[in-house]
Amino acid sequence: MASSNGNRDAELHSHGDTHGHGSYRDYIVGFLLSVALTSVPFWLVMTGTLSTAATLGTISVLAVIQIIVHVRFFLHIDTRGEGGWTLISFIFTAIIVVITIGGSIWAMYQMNTNMMPTSVENMTDMP
Amino acid sequence: MSAQTMTPEAEADARAVTWHLAEEEDHDHGGGGATLLGFWIYLMTDALLFGAVFSVFGVLSTAYAGGPIPREIFDLPLVAVNTALLLLSSITYGFGMLQMEAGRTRGVQAWLLATFVLGAAFVGVEIYEFSHLIAEGAGPGRSAFLSSFFGLVGLHGLHVTVGLIWIATMVAQVSIHGLNVDNKRRLLCLSLFWHFLDIIWIGVFTFVYLFGVTR
Repeated sequence: MASSNGNRDAELHSHGDTHGHGSYRDYIVGFLLSVALTSVPFWLVMTGTLSTAATLGTISVLAVIQIIVHVRFFLHIDTRGEGGWTLISFIFTAIIVVITIGGSIWAMYQMNTNMMPTSVENMTDMP
Repeated sequence: MSAQTMTPEAEADARAVTWHLAEEEDHDHGGGGATLLGFWIYLMTDALLFGAVFSVFGVLSTAYAGGPIPREIFDLPLVAVNTALLLLSSITYGFGMLQMEAGRTRGVQAWLLATFVLGAAFVGVEIYEFSHLIAEGAGPGRSAFLSSFFGLVGLHGLHVTVGLIWIATMVAQVSIHGLNVDNKRRLLCLSLFWHFLDIIWIGVFTFVYLFGVTR
């Protein structure tokens, strides 16, 4: 990987962009990793090897790893592309997305739990 | 790769890029730097859009309203086929980009067509799945869970369809004008778009289908 990185960096400095400049090796490595990271979750869920909680935890972690693999090997996002702004904007977006999804699910779960005793009749009386 | 160690370097590089933009017109990449960064920012806003729709699905994913539950209606082998199609289309597009780097017009067209066929098969399978669900009485109107499912998966499918139109356009563009600077820049943007859709699909097959069937 070190040699392909070196080539891309050289191109980067002369042209100012890196997108789409992946090497053949980059795509093959990314593809093989993706195949593994896709097959394992499907296999875990279809065979039910692990407990429910362990399965959900494992496939979540594998999904995050696969997203990073795709960003690195297919989108070629690194610290140098576009002066680092592609990576910065990606990290920013990832943080916002995690807050949005995590926050929504957390808030709505708490609300459902705390509102449980309230009946439909009470709700219709609300202003 | 912590933020502290990267920030000064990123700032230095950002200044270098600013200098590049004025000069870029004379380079053989033809202003690709500014356009690609802009397109990347668009993709990040699109990711925020998907984040919002994923949130909706996350909140409503167990609101079955007495209707069908994921285990009864999701066909995992079909989802696996769809996932394989989209993953293969990502690598065929990547090979197309390598052909573009090598300046081989025919190679680019061949790999773009392969990507188009795989993408079209993906959309075809999804339309089959949707029509099958609606015929079973598990349409988007059945429960909040199904509304958010059709919304999220449909939004992704719509993006893939737009990508297919873009691929077809680029095949025509390349056959008419060849691999000129404009077409190369467009192919690089399309590359980002297509790989981005594959990343969204990782979230869909994991958190919609696999989570749904396991839970």
